[in-house]
Amino acid sequence: MRRRKEPLLALPMTVWMLLFTALPLIYILGISFYQRDETWGVTSILTLDNYRRLFDPVYIRVFADSIGLAVQATLLSLLAGYPFAYAMSKAKPKRRAALMLLVIIPFWTSSLMRIYGWMILLQANGPINSMLLKLGVIARPAKLLFTHGAVLLGMVYTLLPFMILPCHTAIERLDARVTDAARDLGASPARAFLTVTLPLTVPGILSGCMLVFVPTMGLYYVYDLLGGGKGAILGRVIHDQMLSARNPPFGAALSVALIALTGVVVALQRRLGGKDIGFF
Amino acid sequence: MTAAHISTRKTHTRSARSAWRPVVMTLVLAFLYLPLALVALYSFSESKVSGVMKGFTWDWYAKLMHDGAIGQALRTSLRVAAFSCLISAPLATLGAIGLAARETRKTGFTKLTNGVRGLIEGVTVLPVMLPEVVLGMSLMAAFSMVGMRFGIWTLVAAHTTFCVPYVYLIVKSRLAGLDPQMVEAARDLGARPARAFLDVTLPLILPAIVSGMLLAVAMSFDDVIISMFVNGAQTTTLPLKIFSSLRAGVTPEINALCTIMLGVVCLIVALSQLLRNDKKGGTDHNETNTII
Repeated sequence: MRRRKEPLLALPMTVWMLLFTALPLIYILGISFYQRDETWGVTSILTLDNYRRLFDPVYIRVFADSIGLAVQATLLSLLAGYPFAYAMSKAKPKRRAALMLLVIIPFWTSSLMRIYGWMILLQANGPINSMLLKLGVIARPAKLLFTHGAVLLGMVYTLLPFMILPCHTAIERLDARVTDAARDLGASPARAFLTVTLPLTVPGILSGCMLVFVPTMGLYYVYDLLGGGKGAILGRVIHDQMLSARNPPFGAALSVALIALTGVVVALQRRLGGKDIGFF
Repeated sequence: MTAAHISTRKTHTRSARSAWRPVVMTLVLAFLYLPLALVALYSFSESKVSGVMKGFTWDWYAKLMHDGAIGQALRTSLRVAAFSCLISAPLATLGAIGLAARETRKTGFTKLTNGVRGLIEGVTVLPVMLPEVVLGMSLMAAFSMVGMRFGIWTLVAAHTTFCVPYVYLIVKSRLAGLDPQMVEAARDLGARPARAFLDVTLPLILPAIVSGMLLAVAMSFDDVIISMFVNGAQTTTLPLKIFSSLRAGVTPEINALCTIMLGVVCLIVALSQLLRNDKKGGTDHNETNTII
């Protein structure tokens, strides 16, 4: 009896999250089925047009581009993040703690500032171009900023810690005796890694992939600042529908599609053997 | 756990083949820090063009201090961060305690309440999984439906919402790492539940709460996307101000601003790490969540 009251402590949080997360989501699901009003708003006319419009070639293209960018960003993050995580987990404890801190600091740092650093680096008269010019690799400043490559770089840069940390957790938790056993039984280091370490750390890899893939489709400021706003990714289009085109029902339909896409990614991750939100 | 791993680790791994490791580490760390270092470096350049190093000056910092618009944005950001941190911390802490209470209970609650608990937790951590743009646009739509005026309070409500899950997860993991016998001992010695909580549980989870609050402040201070949807005409936050200057073409003033912010972040991270590594009494259940 005496402890029964404790669960009530969760009530304020529950109410808050219902009010500010669950209800707004239900609301946008609702308005996605209505026609837009002339200025800003929603009429009471039911329609499926918002969803039909998603299949317009323009928006199919947006989805394809967003998913393509997310896939590329995920693979690149994995290629850079996994070896780093592996090296980190093999470092001595003190060193590892320091490395961990170094990975976390960018996570806390203003993401705009980090993108700004790349804007400086990549600009026409920036350090990379002047170095390449001096070395004679190029004759005229190359266009580095406002390219697809710059956007991809920015995404990988922003999200890399999210790949490193779950991978590191998985590798660190791996019982070292398992790989040692493989080595004792005559496996080469490469073989021990491929047949033992890698398969056993798949859950960490999957968490990392999910944590990079999902945000990539929405981080439109990276897109704006490094890509110069050309083309479109899903986050940008949703932003424009809400704030410029003033078409909340269509913005809502796009958001519902993005949520569905996120759901598919999460389901896929679980299905393939991933765990609960990996790094928490 | 980690210590055990290390002691059983054999010398297989120490070979010439592992020479790639320092290389990878250096490359990745350079990748992570080079842009930050450049931003800081150019804040001292006399050149008006960001990205050209010429001489050394503190001028941009001095100019920054007298920039009214940035000062105003800073005040808005500080106010929003303070409010959302002060609201999200108690909500999330009490929430974590309330939900954990069911978790450790041996009898009395049925499967249904377990389901309810899962549901509540699901809704609570939803903002972590949801793309920010979705949370931002849905809050904007909901606020305009109920006719809320966009301004500081819509910002505070939105920021509180995305801070709660992080504070919740940090406090929850700390609670899970607590030895339940400590509270039981206090109860056996006659302490009432409230007293046992205040004297035993609270001091033990306090570092987690504080580090959660620090994270909340940092996240609120850094948010671009959600703020863009829920801010009012008069309430431009600092990241929004920086964003619009970056789009318009930058001045080294922004470098100076970013450098100061980087310094503050390093301080906060250091502080938060100190708090979380304080192993007295209980450790985090899940050592990996050092990220947050």
